[in-house]
Amino acid sequence: MSVLTATDSRSAAVIQSASGGVARPRRRRMPAWSVSWLQVSPLALILFALFALPTVLFLVVSFYDYDRTGLYPAFILDNYKDLLTTPATWRVYVSSLKFACIVWAITLFLGFNIAYFLIFHIRSRMVRAVFFLLCTIPFWTSGIIRTIAWIPFLGRNGAFNQILMGMGVTSQPLEFLLFSDFSVIITYVHLFTLLMIGPIANSMSKIDKALVEAAVDAGASRWAVMSNVIIPLSKTGIVLGSILVFTQVMGDYFVVKQMSGGQSASIVSMLSNEISTMQYPPASANAMVLVVFVAFLVAMMMRVVDVRKELVK
Amino acid sequence: MDTRYDVELVSVTKRYGATLAVDAISLRIPHASYCCLLGPSGCGKTTTLRMIAGHEAVTDGDILIHGENVSDLPPVRRGTAMMFQSYALFPHMSCLDNVAFSLKMRGVPKAERHKRAREFLELVHMESYAQRLPAQLSGGQQQRIALARALITRPRVLLLDEPLSALDPFLRGKVREELKRLQRELQITFIHVTHSQDEAMALADLMVVMQDGHIRQCAHPREVFERPISPFIARFIGSHNVLRTNQGPVAVRADRCRLGAVEDGPHVSGKVIAVEYQGSAVRVAVVTEAGDEVSALVPDQHFYRNPAEPGQPATLVWSPEDTHALVDA
Repeated sequence: MSVLTATDSRSAAVIQSASGGVARPRRRRMPAWSVSWLQVSPLALILFALFALPTVLFLVVSFYDYDRTGLYPAFILDNYKDLLTTPATWRVYVSSLKFACIVWAITLFLGFNIAYFLIFHIRSRMVRAVFFLLCTIPFWTSGIIRTIAWIPFLGRNGAFNQILMGMGVTSQPLEFLLFSDFSVIITYVHLFTLLMIGPIANSMSKIDKALVEAAVDAGASRWAVMSNVIIPLSKTGIVLGSILVFTQVMGDYFVVKQMSGGQSASIVSMLSNEISTMQYPPASANAMVLVVFVAFLVAMMMRVVDVRKELVK
Repeated sequence: MDTRYDVELVSVTKRYGATLAVDAISLRIPHASYCCLLGPSGCGKTTTLRMIAGHEAVTDGDILIHGENVSDLPPVRRGTAMMFQSYALFPHMSCLDNVAFSLKMRGVPKAERHKRAREFLELVHMESYAQRLPAQLSGGQQQRIALARALITRPRVLLLDEPLSALDPFLRGKVREELKRLQRELQITFIHVTHSQDEAMALADLMVVMQDGHIRQCAHPREVFERPISPFIARFIGSHNVLRTNQGPVAVRADRCRLGAVEDGPHVSGKVIAVEYQGSAVRVAVVTEAGDEVSALVPDQHFYRNPAEPGQPATLVWSPEDTHALVDA
């Protein structure tokens, strides 16, 4: 009898909670897959509309035929053939790659050392934050202004030449300072060093300081600590920074145009010439080759480090 | 070379700006001892260890290892090896490479250093994990790797910075036994920093209790436990009641107290505030009329013959010979 009562009371409780459910329906949870899709959709939409669609458009147009009056849908490889057989194309690619490599080497050297100093030498968080902020000050103005600002400084009668002559270091103003490869590289380094500092400092800040002591305890010299501990553990930041700097230089238009004095061309300036003369199919072909080329470089760098794996750490 | 002491500190001082972290401490550690530096946080024990290791420069004083003044030598030339609290294993290297690291720094060829590293992995029973990365190991396993990495340098002194604090209590006991076994087998001095008096009592041949940058007492754990010199030591070691008397402070071990009557001998009266069952004994906490908290550790069968309840008046009594006079610090 007592067992029966217990069962009764339990079923009563069940009925009660069920009726409660009718009065106040439980919020239905979205299935897990739809939540993640919803979360990525804004970025996916932007990338699709502003990146994927135009890229497909360029790809299609790059095979079109054209003349002075219009575009003709076709599937011809002439645009690519012309592009790749023109010596000018190769010259521009070689020149851009040269800039990219030099700038990469300088920004890597500067970025690594500055990041190392900020993370391993400065003990106070406060001072470190202030120094980081100082590093970002150039970014408070636009890249164009920062580029142009070099002109009055480096020019023939610019501040730097005036200082050198005033100090008696030189009697003639130095000509190579402006409108030269030198000024292009200086400007790039100024613009892009922070792109190296950020990712490398981020990687370094995750290194346990005790690892350095453990290495020293085991007899590692300064250099051995660097090559065995700090550099391997900063690899992700180095690769990320390298990708940023490389792609920026390869895709640059303005700096080369302004700072080389017309002595160097960039891939994008070649592209822009084609667009201004309404040669859309060759411009598209040019753009596709650039995209593939840069994607290839990035893929090579990604082979060094599995950046995706490192980022989730 | 025959030296009586493995490690000697001669009025070693460490100052950070205006703050004095370690104040002119002197200490001699006999050959092949297990020495525990014990104290509350901020007492200077870790700084002392780091100065012995050479990761912290001494402001004043000298450190001798096997009779040689090492105060100005870099860590690697001191014959010490340190095991870090966080283990500090290199996350990008396999366990084998972690253990072989110091040999690599000494320029030992790869095949040779891997062979030696495998021997040390065997010593800590980790030979089957040689190719794993540290992140793929449990805390206890990481610690064994860190131990192997420190021992492969064949140090004269092994320095351990709170080696057990990251482990769960069960593992802590097992690793404790293992550390002691290794120390006995290797016949070298271990200096072990801890804030746990249980750990220090279980392991140490020489227990060094520190407070505010000073060594307050330095002796075998049994000596420290039976004859603490000051109220601080007695309280820090635990299981002691510190009482104020007209002759100065005294300590009475909690396990020598029982519940009794005023006529039985030395006593203190008050009110029971807590009764804790601890298995083989019951701890009865009493607040005295003066407001001090004292406790008695009563064997369980004694307690249950005549149990006490919180709120009841109670008198703790002990034998006169169990009263231990303290020096007021």
